[in-house]
Amino acid sequence: MESPEELASGLDRVGYLPDGGIATAAFLAVAMGRPLFLEGEPGTGKTSLALALAKAMDVPLIRLQCHEGIDATQALYDWDYPRQLMHLRVLETRGEVDEASLYTRRFLLARPLLQALENAPCVLLVDEIDRADDEFEAFLLEVLSENAVSIPEFGEIRASTPPLTVLTSNRTREVHDALKRRCLYHWLEHPSIDREVAILRRTLPGLDERLARQVAEAVQRMRGLDLLKPPGVAESLDWARALQALGRTEPDVTTLGAVLKYREDAERVIGSTIVG
Amino acid sequence: MGFTRVLRGAGLQCGPDRVQAYLQATAHVDLYWAGRLTLCADPDDLPRYDAVYRAYFGGAPPRPRATVELDSVTVGVAASDVEVLRHKDISEFNAAPLIARLKPLPPRRRSRRLKKARRGPIDLARTVRAMIEIGGEIALPRHRRRGVKARRLVLLIDVSGSMAAYSDALLRFAHVVARAMPVEVRTIGTRLTRVTRQLKERDPERAVKAAGRAIPDYEGGTRLGEALRRFNQQWRQRGAVVVLFSDGWERGDPALLATEMARLRRVSHKVIWANPHAGKPGYRPVQSGVVAALPHVDTMVAGHSVQALEELLEEVRHA
Repeated sequence: MESPEELASGLDRVGYLPDGGIATAAFLAVAMGRPLFLEGEPGTGKTSLALALAKAMDVPLIRLQCHEGIDATQALYDWDYPRQLMHLRVLETRGEVDEASLYTRRFLLARPLLQALENAPCVLLVDEIDRADDEFEAFLLEVLSENAVSIPEFGEIRASTPPLTVLTSNRTREVHDALKRRCLYHWLEHPSIDREVAILRRTLPGLDERLARQVAEAVQRMRGLDLLKPPGVAESLDWARALQALGRTEPDVTTLGAVLKYREDAERVIGSTIVG
Repeated sequence: MGFTRVLRGAGLQCGPDRVQAYLQATAHVDLYWAGRLTLCADPDDLPRYDAVYRAYFGGAPPRPRATVELDSVTVGVAASDVEVLRHKDISEFNAAPLIARLKPLPPRRRSRRLKKARRGPIDLARTVRAMIEIGGEIALPRHRRRGVKARRLVLLIDVSGSMAAYSDALLRFAHVVARAMPVEVRTIGTRLTRVTRQLKERDPERAVKAAGRAIPDYEGGTRLGEALRRFNQQWRQRGAVVVLFSDGWERGDPALLATEMARLRRVSHKVIWANPHAGKPGYRPVQSGVVAALPHVDTMVAGHSVQALEELLEEVRHA
């Protein structure tokens, strides 16, 4: 990949339509070997960007879903204790106890972060980092800045090439600046109408151009309504899919459940002139 | 580089490592995007970055964008009230030394993170390690269980005209709390303003002054309902303890206030209303805002004296 435009067309080929900002951000992450920190409203395509990058670059995607209390044994590595115990028993019956043989690679269970270091080049997706807690951030920081992990009983495992790391956050919590400082930061917006139409038609082959535009326009106006949960691209895709399945030729009220997930929001939209 | 110095002046945190990343990035992409991706770290930074870029390099940024409205956003400027948009110098309040001596403790909750413990589920890792140490003999099981963590705390402070006599003291109180625990502080008037960052300053005088400069609607009207709606849109954390300081004089629609209070309470662990007038003899909750909000409040406490603030902290601690 030589330029943002080239990366954009690569993403386009695998079904992700980036705008200029997204393509530039992803290109720079690759060029500088820095993690990419993505924030934005839900449904603006943060996670799917990582999936598309892996596809476009033809490397495996390794995903780490964050949650509160996630720790090293779930994210990095763990020892396979039952196997270690069995091995220990076997050694005992032979009358030899060799502690070092207990801490070899075959007793080491690789969790996503270690997998990413071992399988690089790859795309490492650290999804919804805002759901993890401070303790986890601190240790993620260590792995990301070194591209290596040192295991006390075993030694250091270092990535041959750094994985392309994508972190996403829904901003339910402010992520510590030390982590952000090591990343490129990009804020994702909802797509423009034209891009949304293109996304709809790309993802749903056979979707009528006129219907796609009507859906995109209606969803765009809903985003301006100050709803509890403004619809993202995922919702407009669901809606278009629902309309397509029912053979409708234009957006209608009966299918609103695909876009709006709160009663208050539905009432508000029905009260407006967005859908007939 | 001069550009980054100006950005720092505009409040962006561009330390040496960010500047270095920026210079590296300029080798790959244009100046605008190189800076935006390396020097910004928050949606708040983006409008400021765009403005500085425009001023420094001249001309519009290559990709003019819609401003991301997250913090300190206008809430209904078309309101009929006359907004008092001025930077007020807060006069010394003699309760300041007393407030400075308060000792806030955070509310707590069970953490999901497991810690070493004497009882609880077995900690396989530590147990097996112990067994290996003694050559594979059965060891006493080690245990771990969930620990305790500070619960998030939010302070919403009404700084409208009717609360003017209290706002200085309440900001000082917020500063004392912010020194002791992580807390999110916003002020409410005709607008919602985030002052969390300003209150991180160690010195109380400078912190309160900085917060005062950030608040554009000191002693204006109150639109509690709309400000809360803004807050609910921005604040997506569940399980926080929320303290709202207000006298409940609402100039907006009380029905909206009721809806938004209900919404806030659904996502929060506890909603506490601290009302300076509630501590006065003969007080009755008749103000339109109070009447609308009361059903959606867990506790109503006073907030008019240092003693009352101590009681509030006690309430927060055990929330």
